[in-house]
Amino acid sequence: MYRIEPDALNELIQVLQKEQYAVIGPTLRGEAIVLDTISSASELPVGKTDEQAPAHYRVEDKAEKTFFGASVGPHSWKRYFFPPTLKMFSARKDGESFEVTEDIDNPESTKRYALLGVRACDLSAIQVQDKVFGGGAYRDPAYLRLRQQAFIVAVNCTRAGGTCFCSSLRTGPRARVGFDLALTEVVDQGHFLLVEVGTDKGEAVLSGVQRQPAKDEEVEGAEHAIRAAAQLTGRSLEPDQTREILYSNAEHPRWEVVGKRCLSCANCTMVCPTCFCTTVEDVTDLTGSNAERVRKWDSCFTLDFSYIHGGSVRASSRARYRHWITHKLASWVDQFGTTGCVGCGRCITWCPVGIDITEEFRVIRETYLMNTRGKSST
Amino acid sequence: MIPCPFVIKRVRWETEDTFTVELTPREGRSKFDFLPGQFNMIYLYGVGEVPISICGDPSDSVLVHTTRAVGTVTKAMAKLGRGDSVGIRGPFGTSWPVAEARGKDVVFVAGGIGLPPLRPALYEILAHRENYGKVVLLYGTRTPSDIVFKDELEQWRARFDLEVFITVDRATEGWRGNVGVVTTLIHKAGFDAHNTIAMIVGPEVMMRFTTIEFLKRGVSPDSIYLSMERNMKCGIGLCGHCQFGPLFICKDGPVFRYPQLKDLLVKWEI
Amino acid sequence: METLERILAQHQFFKDLSPEYLTLVTGCASNVRFEQDQYIFRVGDEANQFYLIREGRIALQLFSPDRGQITVETLGEGDILGWSWLIPPYFYVFDAKILDVTRAIALDGKCLRRKCEEDHTFGYELLKRFSSLLEHRLETTRLQLLDLYGVRS
Repeated sequence: MYRIEPDALNELIQVLQKEQYAVIGPTLRGEAIVLDTISSASELPVGKTDEQAPAHYRVEDKAEKTFFGASVGPHSWKRYFFPPTLKMFSARKDGESFEVTEDIDNPESTKRYALLGVRACDLSAIQVQDKVFGGGAYRDPAYLRLRQQAFIVAVNCTRAGGTCFCSSLRTGPRARVGFDLALTEVVDQGHFLLVEVGTDKGEAVLSGVQRQPAKDEEVEGAEHAIRAAAQLTGRSLEPDQTREILYSNAEHPRWEVVGKRCLSCANCTMVCPTCFCTTVEDVTDLTGSNAERVRKWDSCFTLDFSYIHGGSVRASSRARYRHWITHKLASWVDQFGTTGCVGCGRCITWCPVGIDITEEFRVIRETYLMNTRGKSST
Repeated sequence: MIPCPFVIKRVRWETEDTFTVELTPREGRSKFDFLPGQFNMIYLYGVGEVPISICGDPSDSVLVHTTRAVGTVTKAMAKLGRGDSVGIRGPFGTSWPVAEARGKDVVFVAGGIGLPPLRPALYEILAHRENYGKVVLLYGTRTPSDIVFKDELEQWRARFDLEVFITVDRATEGWRGNVGVVTTLIHKAGFDAHNTIAMIVGPEVMMRFTTIEFLKRGVSPDSIYLSMERNMKCGIGLCGHCQFGPLFICKDGPVFRYPQLKDLLVKWEI
Repeated sequence: METLERILAQHQFFKDLSPEYLTLVTGCASNVRFEQDQYIFRVGDEANQFYLIREGRIALQLFSPDRGQITVETLGEGDILGWSWLIPPYFYVFDAKILDVTRAIALDGKCLRRKCEEDHTFGYELLKRFSSLLEHRLETTRLQLLDLYGVRS
């Protein structure tokens, strides 16, 4: 474990830039902390924190000039490995036939990203998407290439966010695996950052930065802060038996209740770091001699997502909400071995009507427990 | 994966809105290998892709697809003719239990446009006829003018080692064949319920009721196979559209054993 | 008569009927044969019979001025034809036309009706079986109505 001073963060960014990485980090744009290319540590949200609640997001000032004092914003890191739009191929008309070429050197799928400030929940989300795009019979080559070329600097949370719930899902607040470097920002014993090295690649980059070994009490202090963040988390979602609970409650009256609130706006799927549904658009130029196929993010909340034979299978918003939460918490386990939810809280913050996934699941779960308890007592 | 150009050798109209195309690869492989039950994503230049079951003879070198012209892509495809090209991605998906059915009776039940996806399995079984018991084809369509593969059906009916029963929901004047839903044909099929494989394709409601009829007659749920359909964009389990509960129709299906679907088929809007 | 009783006993419809009731039924049964294109009964005829089809095919038809003769359902080997004999006012509501030469067992509905009134237990046994038949017909008719193979516009 190393200790670096606040100035060294800029050195780190410069080392990464020298290594041909495009450094992406949280940065203030208007009134939200989003993710974008940064060229110096001063572009991080210095001295900012956020206030998050269902359908509520505010950036606030804080006393200490921290770099990572806020929680996650509306952007998730999935946009860098799994771009919102991606050209799949070009086609050119050739008489009665056509030629198709894949755009292998497309910059969209060949960039080297250094992600600076990945929270533990988002790190888990990246691992979840690794299984989706890289674990099946068919893999996404663009995702795998971007992923393999990336450098990840994680950040451990020392403050519980307003809507997140990583501890109950065991996805945080401490980053455990999957990073090249992991930072913990400490402000109560002066201002410095602890750095944990995760890989050789991380060690190599860190060697270009001014650092010293961390003292035991510094490490202990950071651990204490991380633990406190876990304990102060306001929400929870019990991940056990999600399949039994959701599969057996397809007709629960709660779906009608949440269905009336849900606007099918698709915000939740856009901000969710693990949602992966896409659609494709085939377009031609005005002459018709060139065509392209573009893959775009899609959402199961759109009415025509499940369109077949003249109608949609999931026509009601009730059915679409039920599908989304069932997929996220239950079907995902059957498909990929883990739940798709990492407890980042974004869907709760960015839902315009403040639907809370932990609350909806709690209601269904309580019914399930009541029914099964009743059975086992006879 | 990118579409591979195939050239249309022949187009044939089966009914007013249903047509068959026969394709050969423009270059490269000489034969398109697939298993009965699988599908391709067919690409129309500049228009889009659509999943369609492969419905030709697996031992034949020509690739055959039969489809109804109902959506943007299939309507554009209906305008193509000999010499035009389409893109093919595939074959994808699971297949009919042709090997598992050896030594057993086989009952095919096709509803409407459900006959094309079953045809490759029927071809394969007929090619090794001695390995199977009784083989029966039950086919139901809307009206007599919606019957596809008319010439072939006549040939099959003439065989002594294959029983073919056809029915329509709605008769036209002069129709002397059976009238009634396809489930009413099941009791004519005369199969050994304890040693039968049933393969069913058609609208979901039809497949559910057909399955019930087989179960009523003592056929084991594990011996009943259905082919499902859902909206598809990628065909390879990455776009999320074809999910049916936790199942991806494109890679866990389209052919499923009934127990996999049992709890899902009865849920609404799932 | 003895052969008829055995045929009736083996039919799905009369399964588990007690031997004495089976004899009762047989007493009202007779063998019949119809030629192609013959009508077994027509709309409006008094419904005094029902039939167990042993061989052949029959079309249940309706006539409509704008559409001509329409077949609503076909029945064949093993099927039961006719239930109007059981339900007042006891008139047939469809035409029954022979498509393929048909051999059947005709059951005297008037005779059986009388026996049902005399012995309610026997009546219950017959009604149980007929309600099952009607339920099945209703289900298949509803599926036909759904027009499942139609294209949604």
